[in-house]
Amino acid sequence: MIRINCPFCGERDHSEFTYGGDGSIVYPELDAPAEEWVEAIFQRENIRGVQTETWHHVSGCRQWLVIERDTMTHEIHSIKAAHEGVAKVLEAGT
Amino acid sequence: MSGSRLPDGGRIDRSAAVEFQWDNRQVSGFKGDTLASALMAHGETIFGRSFKYHRPRGIMSAGVEESGAIVTVGRGARRDPNVKATTQEIYNGLYAKGQNAWPNVRRDLGAVNSLFSRFFSAGFYYKTFMGIPPMEWGKGTGIWMQYEKLIRKAAGMGVASREPDPDIYDHGHLFCDVLVVGSGPAGLAAAVEAAKAGLDVVLVEQDFEIGGDYLNQSNTEAEQKRNTAIAELEKHGARVMTRTTAFGLYDYGVAGLLERVTDHLSEPASHIPRQRFLTLRTKQTILATGAMERTVAFGNNDIPGIMTAAAANTYVNRFGVLPGKQIIVATNNDSAYGPALTLAKAGAEVTLLDSRTSIPANISGLLETKGVTVKTGATALNANGKRGISSLDLATGSRAHWTSGDTQECDLLLMSGGWSPVVNLLSHRGVRPVWDADNLCFVAPEYDEPIQMAGSACAIWGTSDCEASGQAAGAAAVAEIKNQSASSPSAPNAGGWETPIDPLYEVSVEGKQLKSFIDPQHDVTADDVRLAHQEGFVSVEHLKRYTTLGMATDQGKMGNIIGLALMAEALGKEIPQVGTTTFRPPYTPISLGALTGRGKGAHFKGLRRTPMHEWNLAHGATMTEAGLWQRPWYFARDGETITEAYIRETISTRETVGLVDVTSLGKIAIQGPDATELINRVYSNAFAKLPVGKARYGIMLRDDGIVMDDGTSWRFSDTDYFMTTTTAHAAKVMVFLEELLQTRWSNLKVHVTSVSEQWAGSAVAGPKSRAVLEACVADPASVSNDALPFMGVTETTLKNGVSCRIARISFSGEMAYEMYVESDYAESMMDLLWPAAQSFDGCLYGTETLGALRIEKGHVTGVELDGRATIDDAGLGKMASDQKSYIGSALRKRPDLMRTDRPQLVGIFPKDKSEKFKAGSVLCADGKVEGHGDGWITAVTHSPSLGHWIGLGYINGGHDQWTGQTVVAADPVRTGNTNVEIVSPHMVDPSGERMRG
Repeated sequence: MIRINCPFCGERDHSEFTYGGDGSIVYPELDAPAEEWVEAIFQRENIRGVQTETWHHVSGCRQWLVIERDTMTHEIHSIKAAHEGVAKVLEAGT
Repeated sequence: MSGSRLPDGGRIDRSAAVEFQWDNRQVSGFKGDTLASALMAHGETIFGRSFKYHRPRGIMSAGVEESGAIVTVGRGARRDPNVKATTQEIYNGLYAKGQNAWPNVRRDLGAVNSLFSRFFSAGFYYKTFMGIPPMEWGKGTGIWMQYEKLIRKAAGMGVASREPDPDIYDHGHLFCDVLVVGSGPAGLAAAVEAAKAGLDVVLVEQDFEIGGDYLNQSNTEAEQKRNTAIAELEKHGARVMTRTTAFGLYDYGVAGLLERVTDHLSEPASHIPRQRFLTLRTKQTILATGAMERTVAFGNNDIPGIMTAAAANTYVNRFGVLPGKQIIVATNNDSAYGPALTLAKAGAEVTLLDSRTSIPANISGLLETKGVTVKTGATALNANGKRGISSLDLATGSRAHWTSGDTQECDLLLMSGGWSPVVNLLSHRGVRPVWDADNLCFVAPEYDEPIQMAGSACAIWGTSDCEASGQAAGAAAVAEIKNQSASSPSAPNAGGWETPIDPLYEVSVEGKQLKSFIDPQHDVTADDVRLAHQEGFVSVEHLKRYTTLGMATDQGKMGNIIGLALMAEALGKEIPQVGTTTFRPPYTPISLGALTGRGKGAHFKGLRRTPMHEWNLAHGATMTEAGLWQRPWYFARDGETITEAYIRETISTRETVGLVDVTSLGKIAIQGPDATELINRVYSNAFAKLPVGKARYGIMLRDDGIVMDDGTSWRFSDTDYFMTTTTAHAAKVMVFLEELLQTRWSNLKVHVTSVSEQWAGSAVAGPKSRAVLEACVADPASVSNDALPFMGVTETTLKNGVSCRIARISFSGEMAYEMYVESDYAESMMDLLWPAAQSFDGCLYGTETLGALRIEKGHVTGVELDGRATIDDAGLGKMASDQKSYIGSALRKRPDLMRTDRPQLVGIFPKDKSEKFKAGSVLCADGKVEGHGDGWITAVTHSPSLGHWIGLGYINGGHDQWTGQTVVAADPVRTGNTNVEIVSPHMVDPSGERMRG
């Protein structure tokens, strides 16, 4: 069981969260060419080591988080709010 | 073996007699006995029959590593097979039986298998499955099914109850600073050290008494230390849990605990759970899990009357039972000397065989003065006796070359083949143990985990060394948690024996065939390991699976090391080069009931009822499940069948008016200056220009261009929308909107809030729907055709003063409205609507009629929007906007998704209008009923409007390609084939005049 230190709620079991997906993707503009969308939606690295991913605290504060997690050890290296503005406020507050 | 109760001694309470049943006989023991010790005191020897050969099996140990005394406890619905008699506490009324035997363990007809043991060697199942050479007779699945019935019956363990489990099981959660597993000298010392430092400590012990090896020592000093430690723990508030197994260690300091709450009670109170499955989160874990004595492979080493030396010591000192009178102890290390003395002191005649050729004179001298005969350079070669050991053939010489020696009479043989530290839990963390060549066992390597190992789990053999090791582990855990540099006392080194252990795993002499077991629970012999090697299995993981070594309920706790040693020998390698298999959770078996906890039956999943649930029931609804929701299915009148009811409801709705509970639809409040922008980006059709006071049907795609969901959005103001989703996808849509707003579009100023629970809704559908509304609202003009035209939205007040929101939207194809009130007013809304509907001869309807109405219209639901269909496949491509970009717009036009021969939504009529067909049928071209066909049927209904059965489905190329052709709806395993024709999906009122009306 992974324990995730939600910036809003504190440390919680991963069963409160759902895994989102690759957190490193920068989604193209909606009017971007299909090729860019193919790249963003279908092409995935199968990383052995630290990867950036999104998690949703769906049974908690319902905030989306960006997490750096080691796929070998489950060690979490960083957690922040996915919402850029909120993440900035939290960083400034600490 | 002829065990008997000693006149005094032991930790049992001789004033508390316990009566129980063993194999249909009344037996008595004392409080503090295990089933094994109580039966041993009665001279019982045979506890079960072995897995394959049905050989008699007796007590081999005194703990969880037991491979012989495996029994069935309880009866009826509470029959629990494969229970270790060595850990089962006795209680008044306990009902236990030997297993894998008929008619009983003493006279077992299955023992005939022993005669065919040649055929049951390693790989028997695989070889049989592949056919029996040379003709490969009996090859194939069919004949295997026949064998299997016989084999399953003859081979195997106990039989589980077929009845539902009547007990309750709880799940719980715990947090602590330090978890200590094991309460022996090391565990207690560690727990005390951590508790004294002010940390929150949980100490778990699988046994029913705290103390571990202290319990097996008869001296008062050990008892004093135990009591002092327990008092210290209590003083410092440590939580001590007995009958609790730490069965697995997981990431982030999570441990799985199983607490057996009532398995030792005669009549537990019915509200107490039988077991608790606890998830514990800790900062540091201390594993003081001890070590297990193992045996050696030699001839007939499985017969009753052969056990470990430490076990015999436990039976004497802890349970006050002398396991035998004429005892031979065979050892390759120092640890058996203590038990030999214990047994001699208790009055047995003891001979000690040491495989080592020399031992210190002071030790052998001490034994001799206490009456123990010591023979060096000797060990056990072959045990004789059918139902229990009666004599032992000795081997003499040394490990390098054994020769047959004398035969010596005995009624008990004790083996000490060295000790295996319990590193299982550390192994759960992916830490592979390494071979300690001095102590001949696997130990923990260097590792990076918040775990400290202590005591004999680190191959530290002496009690005082174990205490020091525990204290050091406790101090190390404290230092880690308090972030101090470890000023802790250094732990003692591994080992502690005076004379090195002899690497003895198997005893044999040239020219003598022996049946030497290494995994007695699965009947795996030393020859099986050699056979596996001969047949090309060189990896230890393959060896395990081919021979089934270590795959029984004990998971190879005793036999694995011997198996590895023999494999290494066969390969000409050393044990470390062969490696060990991976230990995985659970450490000891866990009942499925405990894993399930309370989540069964009605509690298996959540239950959602709409606020008008009781109202629906009171008005005759038969309910059905829609995901977690309970929804009205149909409202039967006067004994109608479901078919009669939904046909009546469909006709009433089309001719007058019908009401249906639509509360389960997902509802999302979308509010903020950028609400319009969000909605316009997520729907594929145009929304930017939706006026205030209007609703619109919308289709959402996924990023990959496939349809995600459909629903409506109602605009109340520039900044305030009310979105509805399907019942099935409500949660998914909400999550997706949150994801978009938080991860991609954080600059949009808009909030989304799920209000599904806040609004209760009813659809009012049919030609008289407006008249019903006019009768219910305070101001009838607010719902007039002008005030509330098709797709209009209004917020108004009901006659009873309750505010409501109404949109004129239609799923049924009739003039229809969806209206919502705050959930608490749901019944009051229905109490207004229903009499009004009745005055027009209207009806209440459920999901069955909802389905009939929408199929007639060709309106899609989740069965058509199944995660594979594009908006074009569903026939809605014209709705998608070309004027804007939206989620999925880029990828919905991928070449493969634009192929015109893709399956497309169509309507389906039977050729012969009197025939019916079923959803799930495969659509095939006439004369080509094969494979996946050309399409499938998603939904069917009887259409009262058309007077025959109709369906919706998908077929390659769509309606145009199949016009006029006969198509076969193939349903080979149910109704057979039906000839159908393909029509437009809009089967009733294709122009939509009725709903605009």
